[in-house]
Amino acid sequence: MEYRFKGHLVEELYKDYRIKEGMKACMNCGVCTAVCPAAEFYKYNPKNIVNIVARKKEEEIEELLKGDQIWYCGECMSCVTRCPRANAPGLVIMSLRKLAMRSGLYMLSEKGRQQYIVVKDLCSNILNYGYCVYPRTFEYETHKEYGPVGKWINEHLDDIHARLGSNLDGDGPGGLRKIPKESLDQLKKIFDVTGATELMEQVLGDAHEEAVKENMTDEEYFMSVYTTNNAEKHLNE
Amino acid sequence: MIVEGKQKIWADYQKDIPDDHYFYVRSCIRQSFWPASEVTFLDIVRNKLGKDFYENAYHTTCGGIAYHSDSIPQETAMTIIARQFALMHESGYENYVCSCITSFGLYTETLETWHEFPELEAKIRQYLWDSCKKEFAKPKYLAHASDMIYKFRFDIAKQMKFPLVNVKTGKPLKVVEHIGCHYSKMFPSKGFGGAEYPHVLVGMVEAWGGEVIDYPERRQCCGFGFRQYFVQANRGYSESNTHKKFESMEPYEPDLIITNCPGCPYFLDRWQYVIAEQTGKTYGKNGYGIPALTYEEVAGLVMGYDPWDLGLQVHQVAIEPLLEKMGIHYDPKKKYQGVNGKDLGMPQCPMHIKSV
Repeated sequence: MEYRFKGHLVEELYKDYRIKEGMKACMNCGVCTAVCPAAEFYKYNPKNIVNIVARKKEEEIEELLKGDQIWYCGECMSCVTRCPRANAPGLVIMSLRKLAMRSGLYMLSEKGRQQYIVVKDLCSNILNYGYCVYPRTFEYETHKEYGPVGKWINEHLDDIHARLGSNLDGDGPGGLRKIPKESLDQLKKIFDVTGATELMEQVLGDAHEEAVKENMTDEEYFMSVYTTNNAEKHLNE
Repeated sequence: MIVEGKQKIWADYQKDIPDDHYFYVRSCIRQSFWPASEVTFLDIVRNKLGKDFYENAYHTTCGGIAYHSDSIPQETAMTIIARQFALMHESGYENYVCSCITSFGLYTETLETWHEFPELEAKIRQYLWDSCKKEFAKPKYLAHASDMIYKFRFDIAKQMKFPLVNVKTGKPLKVVEHIGCHYSKMFPSKGFGGAEYPHVLVGMVEAWGGEVIDYPERRQCCGFGFRQYFVQANRGYSESNTHKKFESMEPYEPDLIITNCPGCPYFLDRWQYVIAEQTGKTYGKNGYGIPALTYEEVAGLVMGYDPWDLGLQVHQVAIEPLLEKMGIHYDPKKKYQGVNGKDLGMPQCPMHIKSV
């Protein structure tokens, strides 16, 4: 198949500062895998991924970027503390994920396609409200673990935040204040000059194309990706 | 626990932290889920301790949650951070303190990366100028807000009304301290006590009369995992991590959990509810859960703040058993009231975990 950076994946990957920071000589001790919360639940082995990246073989990197493995990490960075050679497998994963998205190969895996969800939700929160997480877009219906108390909070959001001292959508300083338009405009310009807008538009465009292929609306595709979990494929025995 | 050994390790990771004059930046998650915690923090440092903590209304998210969900490039997060530093500089401050642990980790990573790769810092300076026509100065000191409470823990102890002691037995309360992963796992020297035996919460608990529990999964992540929570299909990862921690701490019968990351208390609180509803199992006594609190909430409790002013009603796990152990008086009728006693109804009771 055709994809961006074909034949240049290794070269692109090694331009990322997180590879420069996080990839030194691995001694294959496997401590990163032993301590990794993701490796306990998923079919995931950060040591093997670091080895593949260290070998710099184009076809092996392509396989990684097409697969689910690189999306299992929770970025807790527990591996960084433990590595006796000061590697940062978590940062290596972040570099791989970025390249998977830029190349388009992320669309070939179930877990990779989920980037549509986080890009759409988090970037729109940042650009519209100035927050990564914003209570008016955090809904009980899609977060049932929020519990009965969360449902109650959703139903009385303004009253509860007023009671607890927030300045929800208000002017001036304070918790959850309305971020001034000048600041939101600057965030948008930062997105534009640093590549976030381009990445966001690419991911939303890829999702739209996929939705059309699957005869779904964008909303239907969103919910499908949000909830699809072929657990037996991903989880350890 | 071999205390002498840990004291030696802690001594290697002590930070010389400025006493006053901080530029304060908020946390997206703490504002959303534990809004009274930031209110309490600012009240303690400004009004109880007389310190200067300034907030600029133009600051925004640092982008850390999006960055660690791989939704924005590293350069984007760094430029947002550079803008925050510019606001600090314009406001006349040199010490920077953030409420969020993800932010603290990202600020630390950014400063370290710029130190190692000055050409990247130069690139970010240009990005900031191109986008915002701003220039920034790096902070002379970067702290997490829990570092401040740690620094002032003995001053807080002097104003203490309800120590972390069981009033019925006279024994110290047993406390699990849970450190947010990004506080010091990436850069151990930046956290009080390093990554293995962080002292930032231990110091608070001991100064306020409690006893810290050492248990096998003490350093296990709460399971947030960014994309592993935001995408519903992945949430089993998040819940499984919390489950592992609770199974590990259960035999030690903790009275409460204290946290310094704003996300961790959400997951340690809400997944207890889910585990109870799925399996019938609760980790506290008599069908209750174990309260998972922010360090500001714990500081507020020991200083005598009203539990409902601290926002303890927005936890799913009931707080009342802990209040009774500490001898704190509370008015149950006011738990779910709004401003001026406005009736807001009350949440439904779960099936398996007691909520009052």
